[in-house]
Amino acid sequence: MMSNGTDKIEYVSYLEHQGKYSGLRSWIFATDHKRIALLYLYAIATFFFVGAILGLLMRFELIAPGETIMKPQTYNGIFTVHGVIMIFMVVIPGLSAVFGNFFLPILIGAKDVAFPKLNLFSWWIFIFGSILAVASQFLKSGPPDTGWTFYAPYSTTTGTSVIMATTAAFVLGFSSILTGLNFIVTVHRMRAPGMKFFNMPLFPWSIYATAWIQLLATPIVGITLLMLIAERLFGIGFFDPKLGGDPLLFQHLFWIYSHPAVYIMILPAMGVITEIIPTFCQKKVYGYKAIALSSLAIAGVGFLVWGHHMYTSGMSENARWFFSLLTFIVAVPSAIKVFNWISTMYKGSIDLKPPFLFALSFIFLFIIGGTTGLILGSVATNIQVHDTSFIVAHFHYIIFGGMGFAFFAAIHYWLPKMYGKMYNFKRANIAWGSLFIGFNLLYFPQFIIGIQGMPRRYFDYPPQFQWAQIISTIGGVILISGIILMVYNLIMGVRKGEIAPANPWNGSTLEWQIPSPPSLENFDEAPVVKENPYDYI
Amino acid sequence: MSEKGIHIEEHRDDEASKLGMWLFIFTELLLFGGLFLVYSIYRWQYPVNFHEASLELSVTIGVINTIVLLFSSMTIAMALTAIQKNNKKLALRLIAVTLLMALIFLINKYFEWGHKFEHGLYPGSDLMALLERGHLLYFSLYFFMTGLHALHIIVGMILLIIAYFKVKKDSVNSDRFVFLENGALYWHLVDLIWIFLFPLMYLIT
Amino acid sequence: MDHNKTHITEYKVLAKILLLLIFCTFLTISITSFNLAAFTVTIALLIAGVKGFLVLSYFMHLKYESLLLRILVGSIFLLFIIIVLITFIDYSFR
Repeated sequence: MMSNGTDKIEYVSYLEHQGKYSGLRSWIFATDHKRIALLYLYAIATFFFVGAILGLLMRFELIAPGETIMKPQTYNGIFTVHGVIMIFMVVIPGLSAVFGNFFLPILIGAKDVAFPKLNLFSWWIFIFGSILAVASQFLKSGPPDTGWTFYAPYSTTTGTSVIMATTAAFVLGFSSILTGLNFIVTVHRMRAPGMKFFNMPLFPWSIYATAWIQLLATPIVGITLLMLIAERLFGIGFFDPKLGGDPLLFQHLFWIYSHPAVYIMILPAMGVITEIIPTFCQKKVYGYKAIALSSLAIAGVGFLVWGHHMYTSGMSENARWFFSLLTFIVAVPSAIKVFNWISTMYKGSIDLKPPFLFALSFIFLFIIGGTTGLILGSVATNIQVHDTSFIVAHFHYIIFGGMGFAFFAAIHYWLPKMYGKMYNFKRANIAWGSLFIGFNLLYFPQFIIGIQGMPRRYFDYPPQFQWAQIISTIGGVILISGIILMVYNLIMGVRKGEIAPANPWNGSTLEWQIPSPPSLENFDEAPVVKENPYDYI
Repeated sequence: MSEKGIHIEEHRDDEASKLGMWLFIFTELLLFGGLFLVYSIYRWQYPVNFHEASLELSVTIGVINTIVLLFSSMTIAMALTAIQKNNKKLALRLIAVTLLMALIFLINKYFEWGHKFEHGLYPGSDLMALLERGHLLYFSLYFFMTGLHALHIIVGMILLIIAYFKVKKDSVNSDRFVFLENGALYWHLVDLIWIFLFPLMYLIT
Repeated sequence: MDHNKTHITEYKVLAKILLLLIFCTFLTISITSFNLAAFTVTIALLIAGVKGFLVLSYFMHLKYESLLLRILVGSIFLLFIIIVLITFIDYSFR
């Protein structure tokens, strides 16, 4: 420490700290990683609501065969917008931008990320990209109707505002790259003195692995979208067969990014769960190194399996079995994690608090999502269920049941630290119950009718599928009311809840050693680094 | 600075800035990597067409531009050496030479493109629509790749102009030169991409 | 912090590297003027690889950087090559 650190600084939380600006400007120009995290949280929560409402509208359209509340073209627009918002604006930034920003520096004992100004800049780019994405819905040419995948050649020929939407995705990707860059440098350069890589808690490990994917995969989709835009603007023929191109190449390039992007979504979620389970079992995490390295393994192998999205697109026979093989390999590190979570619980003193309930349901839903993923990974079964609602159910189990529930778990786990207030447990439990029931009611029937042949992205269907669609819609209503109750409970907790102690769950990682909410510099004295971050007696 | 580096007011970590720049260079490499992937697939599918179309390009201009860029890459590396040796005057001159080389590269490129445009060969033109698929793809890639590369040249020039004024104002000096170092790294990246672009675009047999 | 201990590359070394790079450029041109079928592109890319290696190690000072950074740069190129190869598993068997 330098000489100016000798006189004791009085504790002021980051929420009350007075900087250069005051009022709203002290937030939107803040370079403090904790304030930026909250900025992301509010933005992402808003977009999540918009996306969820659009999803609910689709559910109401599907409650009966034929046209119920919207025209087919409106439906095409709505599922595209739902996808673009949920993927690019909610789940990809989601956990890493909110909780990564807030807790990565704290968990490794740093006072901020490596480049605080760049961090703020990423948030502004994110907002700019989001405005573009939302604006694309209101242009005169109509909302894009390509689905979030923007497959060529339809996306190069349709009259809807694809350019605006792809520009938005490009800009959002840039924000994602800068966040990833920032986190990698933070992990390399900002760890507390004495903390080695294998002394880090496991959430930073997963954020680190995610950051590499963000950094290395996003440029590929960036260039792909630029090529798409150039093709539309100047008639440069990369993908349109009429102009000499190969539409399958677009799919290759798109999935070279977008498959690793799935791991951008799920890896931080796994990291959150890995933090929560030892805390609520009061037990050292089982197989620390296996979990840490499996994050990197998922990130690495995840780069090489993109072709399993393209089994029916006309790829060569050899490419199909090759991608199928790799896909099965990537299931191994995921399974290692699940095994380690369960083993951590074994003989632990389990405490069923709301964050742990969400974590448990994460494991349950992730196992369903993961094992149905193997059905899709093997070529023969994939061809049967490709582009059916089976796929829809599968990726919602991973993205919503996985990443979404992990997000809810994280907010229930860390809210007392972020705001210094506690929410109501009873309401949180009821909200969790209706989320869990609603979620399964909504998506499980889609597996069944998917196998029977219900196509995805259709606004109409034969009457024999109606029973499942009705159950799904009911589930959707239960789910959304659960979300509303949960958000209400959290907001009430922040505004009127009891004051939370510094360590309400008796956690052992660094964030629980500092006051709630943390001060601007996080650590007023140098943190004590433990050999194993999950050191319970 | 102390080894622990816990500073409240001024936090400075040149290693971190440099690592950040390298990571950014990785993203740029993969950005162009996507294009090289597209290139390699279409070249593999239409080898003869690619050869024929490449004859339209002047190897002489390509060689001149290659040497210009390599030379500029050396001068900017020398500028860094100069600043590290506390020779401000030489550093300024070398950055200026680098910028001049960049300008020459762009002017060359302008004439090269202009020549094609005069013959009606530009994206979306009537002539392009009449070409065979392989030719069309070659020229599409040619314009897109060299265009994107030229855009990077312009970005690099802006960075170097800022570096020039920073050296002039002494905010980049022999003790803190990480801005110039990063600007130079970016410039070498532009050179590096051209090293691969040149044989793949101009020398196809 | 070791920002005073950085390696300074001498002017002479840089100039030599430039000469080597220009030599490689002309070597590529003379080799690609013969038609060696598939070998030409391989040789051209190999020479480009050598040039890239020179730029990376001397102009970009990678030779004097930490082992970590060198491994990272290497793995980026490796990742790209693997992605290209996997894509060709599809295209070459279609």
